[in-house]
Amino acid sequence: MISKTQRLAVTLETLLESVDLAENIVVGVAESAGFSNEDVHKIGMAVREGVVNAYNYGNQQDQTKKISIAVEFDPGKMTIRILDEGPGFELTEVPDCLAEENLLRTSGRGLFLMRAFMDDFKVLRSPSGGAELVMVKNLPSSGSSNGSSQPK
Amino acid sequence: MAIVDFSGKITLGEGSAILRKMIRELVENGRRKILLDLGDVDYIDSSGIGEMVAAYTTVRNAQGELKLVHLTRRVHDILQITRLYTVFDVQGDEASALRSFRGAG
Repeated sequence: MISKTQRLAVTLETLLESVDLAENIVVGVAESAGFSNEDVHKIGMAVREGVVNAYNYGNQQDQTKKISIAVEFDPGKMTIRILDEGPGFELTEVPDCLAEENLLRTSGRGLFLMRAFMDDFKVLRSPSGGAELVMVKNLPSSGSSNGSSQPK
Repeated sequence: MAIVDFSGKITLGEGSAILRKMIRELVENGRRKILLDLGDVDYIDSSGIGEMVAAYTTVRNAQGELKLVHLTRRVHDILQITRLYTVFDVQGDEASALRSFRGAG
């Protein structure tokens, strides 16, 4: 049982390889935390989408910029933070990928998938201006992990 | 007619690029009926989904048909929650998929 915040942080370069690396790191942490295989898959995919977002849209593939990832454990939940060095964005300004007119768009589903796969999701603006994606998964023992695939 | 067996991951980078190149090659070489067998695809991310949408649009713009068969549960679930299950023509098995193609090509 985790009684106080435990934190793991890693800073990655803005490279395509960082996407797989970030996913693998967090998948390993989630497995150790006791999540089911299905939840581990969802957490890994949410992190993947978050880092792809930072790589493509936040840092715009600028290799001089960094992508910071932090995994925090508090009683009952795991929180993942993905921070880029881009201009930031408002979640409300992102087009709804489920709208009929957007179904044939070839991009714009990453944020939706993060929301769908995690129990809580929000986008903050860091003091330096970049976007900070904050996603939470309830720990298995808390009994309230979102088992469905539907977004909130 | 072309049946494409894809396996592994369709994700940002190699998997998506291979799918894009393959569909483009088929269409440029006159194929208008393409059956994409995804039975061995166990992982698809939003980039992969985007590539499948691009494939669908490429084939449709060439007056062709792209159909999917043998979806794994994870690919099925992703298409469901993104509402793309209503866009793609998903067939239950290869035989019914082949019968469902219209006309020559």
